[in-house]
Amino acid sequence: MSDSSWIWGSVESGLLYAFMALGVYITFRILDFPDLTVDGSFTTGAAITGVMITNGYSPIMATFAGFAGGLVAGACTGLLHTKGKINGLMSGILMMIALYSINLRILGKPNVSIYGMDSIFTSVKPLIIVPIIAIIVLGLLNRFLYSDLGLALRATGDNERMIRSFGANTDFTKIVGISLSNGLVALSGALIAQQSSFAAIDGGVGMIVIGLASVIIGEAVFGARNVIHHTISVVLGSIIYRIVVALALRVEWLEASDMKLITAIIVIIALVLPSTRRVYKQKKMAKKRSAEILHVGQKKTMGGEV
Amino acid sequence: MLQLNHVAKLFNPATPDEKIALFDIQLHMKPGDFVTVIGSNGAGKSTLMNIISGVMKPDTGNVRIDNEDVSHLPEYRRSQWIGRVFQDPMAGTAPRMTIEENLAMAYARGKQRGLSLGVKASKRILFREHLSRLGIGLEQRLHAKVGMLSGGERQALSLLMATFTNPQILLLDEHTAALDPARAELITRLTESIVREMNLTTLMVTHNMEQAIRLGNRLIMMDGGRIILDIDEERKKDLTVERLLGEFEQISGHKLSDDRLVLG
Ligand SMILES: Nc1ncnc2c1ncn2[C@@H]1O[C@H](COP(=O)(O)OP(=O)(O)OP(=O)(O)O)[C@@H](O)[C@H]1O
Ligand SMILES: [Mg+2]
Repeated sequence: MSDSSWIWGSVESGLLYAFMALGVYITFRILDFPDLTVDGSFTTGAAITGVMITNGYSPIMATFAGFAGGLVAGACTGLLHTKGKINGLMSGILMMIALYSINLRILGKPNVSIYGMDSIFTSVKPLIIVPIIAIIVLGLLNRFLYSDLGLALRATGDNERMIRSFGANTDFTKIVGISLSNGLVALSGALIAQQSSFAAIDGGVGMIVIGLASVIIGEAVFGARNVIHHTISVVLGSIIYRIVVALALRVEWLEASDMKLITAIIVIIALVLPSTRRVYKQKKMAKKRSAEILHVGQKKTMGGEV
Repeated sequence: MLQLNHVAKLFNPATPDEKIALFDIQLHMKPGDFVTVIGSNGAGKSTLMNIISGVMKPDTGNVRIDNEDVSHLPEYRRSQWIGRVFQDPMAGTAPRMTIEENLAMAYARGKQRGLSLGVKASKRILFREHLSRLGIGLEQRLHAKVGMLSGGERQALSLLMATFTNPQILLLDEHTAALDPARAELITRLTESIVREMNLTTLMVTHNMEQAIRLGNRLIMMDGGRIILDIDEERKKDLTVERLLGEFEQISGHKLSDDRLVLG
């Protein structure tokens, strides 16, 4: 291994996990729905793909089937929430638990190895094919989010009452959004299984936090002016996350098992920083304004435009 | 055009908090009618709007639009006929989306929402044209996020979004109440011209007595969940604010109390 190969490794896994991050982006950012199905549906994608490959199906078909498994899992969470009127967090948790058993049924045992079998990475290196898949997925996702249905989906997370008054069935848009989200998560699982040559029952543990970390890092580093910009930031955020983790692991006294703690700390910092910065800014602004008002004394400030 | 027959609505039925929000409401509107609605706080005006638009279902009675019973249809299905503007300027638009995206969503009212592009060049031309008629420069800002607009601008946009697909019925629930007088006046002017131009069947709740008298061809007064007074075009012509308030007190037995009351 040459000394910089770890960077390429990080870029590769960052791209592979980017689909999962995009899924998390759809639920957490667009729908404003904290979906915890992710940990389960990631494994579902890996399990379906792994088992299909061991049974001799073509890797492409197995990958699509993994994606479809995620779609179904997400649709179930959406149905629980909208039709069953179960609290959002709870629907996700219920589905995640249910998926544990289902995934074990699919796998048949806790670990399925596909080492040496055909995968979509057999003839082309991941670093060549994954960027292509990422660009295709980004293109399709954005095209969808700017379609009539996509606009209704985005409005569902932004102002549900408003979009309903314009005739959108928000139960339907939520189900579509959560389903699509988990489809992308499962796609990640399907690709990771092929890259690492095995599917494990606990492969998805902690995915939700990793996804969130990627979304937050992407936003913080690259911004989020509009949906296209935002989705690209999320993909890049996923890559940066992997680089950060790889760097952290090069520190001698840290171990691979510390990754989840590091992830949690990244998310905590990302969540705490903006709000403390805001409070600090407001204090500063308040000081400045009161000083101004005291100085100016009588001069009245004018109101804004229409 | 719009008919409510024996509509009643209770909140928290059979509990100590039971509240009769609407009681045997009978309201028939002809096409092109512009009805203003006044009444005390808690009279049931917003509940009436919610029953018509399908946000709530009546406990008894039915709602008919164009002689079709729509009582069983959910809000999102009824919206093909109904445009609404709410009191809260935040309520009628999606703040994190752009002006043109908001308009595109309004444009899709009553259509199947599919995978075709929401904002197209041809639609953009149409949006610009409609926006420029508002006369507040929004046509220059198609890509601005709606959250950046002021309350007045948002309300003007909401009004446009509610009307430009030509709904059968327009419901306005104190849509100028949250604005300062100058901006309220602007929105009132826009409302007047849009309703007249498109000949929309309109039901407008207002807290402004002068406006209630000046606008529209019919005025109804609500109190305690009932329509207690219904004034037609003829009688409305020589109505004054004092006469209106006097009449209210006489029928209801108490003063009109509205925390947002504006006499004129
Ligand atoms: N969701 C609800 N649950 C319980 N009671 C309600 C609910 N909505 C309205 N009410 C009650 O029903 C009555 C009618 O309310 P409504 O909002 O229709 O009055 P309004 O005429 O619009 O008053 P305002 O002038 O304050 O807007 C009020 O007494 C209100 O407290
Ligand atoms: Mg009201």
